[in-house]
Amino acid sequence: MPLDPDPAIFRAVVSTIVPEAAALDGQGWHDVLQVVEALLRECPESLKRQLRMFLRAIQWLPVVRYGRPFTRLHPAARTRVLAHLQNDRIQKVRVGFWGLRTIVLAGYYGRPQAAQNIGYAASPQGWEAVR
Amino acid sequence: MKRVTYDIVIVGSGAGGGTVAQELSPLCRQGLRIAVLEKGPKFRDEEFTGRELEMAGALYEDGGGFLTADGTMTLAFGCAYGGSTVVYTGTSMLPPERVINRWNVPGLTHADLDCRARKFMAENNAHLVEDGLINENNKLFVEGCRKLNYNIQQFPVNIKGCRGSSLCNLGCPNQAKQGTDRVQLPRAEKNGVEVVTRCQALTVGEKTLAVRVAAKPAGAKGDPSPWEPGDYQVDAKIVVLCAGAVNTPALLLRSGMARSLPRLGYGFTSHPAFIIAGEHSRPITNFVGHPKSYYVDQFAESGFFVLETCMYFPFITAKSLGGFGAPHSAFMRAFPRLQMILVLACDEADGYNRVGIDKADRPVVHYRFQPKAVLGLMGGAFTAAEILFAAGAVRVHMPTARDTTIEARDAARLPEIAGAAEFQPGKVPVSAAHPQGGCGMGSGPSDSATDSYGRVHGLPWLFVADASLFPNSLEINPYVTIMALADRIAQRIREEVPALL
Repeated sequence: MPLDPDPAIFRAVVSTIVPEAAALDGQGWHDVLQVVEALLRECPESLKRQLRMFLRAIQWLPVVRYGRPFTRLHPAARTRVLAHLQNDRIQKVRVGFWGLRTIVLAGYYGRPQAAQNIGYAASPQGWEAVR
Repeated sequence: MKRVTYDIVIVGSGAGGGTVAQELSPLCRQGLRIAVLEKGPKFRDEEFTGRELEMAGALYEDGGGFLTADGTMTLAFGCAYGGSTVVYTGTSMLPPERVINRWNVPGLTHADLDCRARKFMAENNAHLVEDGLINENNKLFVEGCRKLNYNIQQFPVNIKGCRGSSLCNLGCPNQAKQGTDRVQLPRAEKNGVEVVTRCQALTVGEKTLAVRVAAKPAGAKGDPSPWEPGDYQVDAKIVVLCAGAVNTPALLLRSGMARSLPRLGYGFTSHPAFIIAGEHSRPITNFVGHPKSYYVDQFAESGFFVLETCMYFPFITAKSLGGFGAPHSAFMRAFPRLQMILVLACDEADGYNRVGIDKADRPVVHYRFQPKAVLGLMGGAFTAAEILFAAGAVRVHMPTARDTTIEARDAARLPEIAGAAEFQPGKVPVSAAHPQGGCGMGSGPSDSATDSYGRVHGLPWLFVADASLFPNSLEINPYVTIMALADRIAQRIREEVPALL
């Protein structure tokens, strides 16, 4: 697991940011993780550490309000937790969420299968490919 | 450490470095040795696949994810043989007279720059794309603007044999874009200039550079460097820095020049930008055709923003849309029906925004969104949404709005929605692809780092020839102006060669 020893946390975050991810099969998750791992390989260790801490905070902060960790929340509550982080009055929290969101979106939409699923079909052949 | 000697060394091979290399290359026939040192690799034609993450990772600094110090803005700039000219869309704009006059650099006139810029417009085959090749993403922009009586203009683009892949920002897979990798660098090499790729300049000293040549990583794209990997001392009688508005000031700062040049690094601007997307009820041609055909700049002075057509790839689009979850996914699933407009804010040089270096000597961009730039982004978002609805969009995604999805039935409430919108750095996805300033031109060290010929104050052998020279924002796509300035600097170097060598 690229960011957290518990894969369930990362998967829960991915599925909240991109709801379609909940329907991914084993190969789909493998592909998502491969993209994320490749991206993180280039990142400095300090950034990886911050992302790991952020994920753990996402998992355990909801205990204060909902009495259970993120992975055991209903999808609507998970969305509320992430929305709170996205809109937090502290800029560093917003930036942290933005960074995690970026990695998640790269993992999901960086896969050729996701491009196909949303109907994106750009081709080096350009107009010849569509006419 | 190995030691090599040249007469002239150029650092960087983008719009500035490629131009300087071409314009100085006739000197090779007189026996001068000239080298271009480029940090990125040179790619073979067949390596341009158009695959998003693969090409972004290969062609951009930090894979396109270079962040400002506080993490609130992404800066995209190229790192390859040809620099950012490999990854731009080729939009070719003449330097605006009002901006050059406002810069008020002693000895620099708009007429001179304009004349040189036109030379490169012709050399790079800049022209208006034929109507039959323009896609609906662009045509709908025109339609929406016309309904609202906005003054649309068409971008000249520097393409030859464009097949409409729409993949310009991932490096043209058809070699149609006439960047320095296709035009100026091959000519320079033909005349005898050596281009050393995978070669990073670490510091510059008195007529010498410390550089590091990287080995080609296993499985990576691009040719290996013509030099063996390792550290080198490169001596040169003339050094021209063209590493771009982030890396040139950082190189000078690493070299300890801040003491004699107090303005070094300051004056950084970037045209912070985001996208506004509109969903149509039917598929439109958007990921085919040249992505950037039109713009509206009538609000640059009054509203501090410029609007341009654009179309990005799945991940960049997902990253550029605000929010997450179901509303975000709904727009992504509508990809074949999406129309996109890029809102670019006109930021200004100020006392804060600057390039620095961190403890590890890496470049750091300290950037705060100025009130004027925020006004530009907010006003631009509103106008772009208006245009999208006027073009027939059924819903619009506005990343600054409280509810990012605005339905067509609410279009009449757009002023109210836009009025209640807020810009929160770190929440709204902002990126910039026009880094400028940091080695601004001026009259002396108290107000600038260089003179109007790009010469670093107090160092007759050291020149800068890239976007870092801009003393303030250019307010338009910058590459032609960079080439014009580089041409002027190369001419001055040619004239001074007898004295400098």
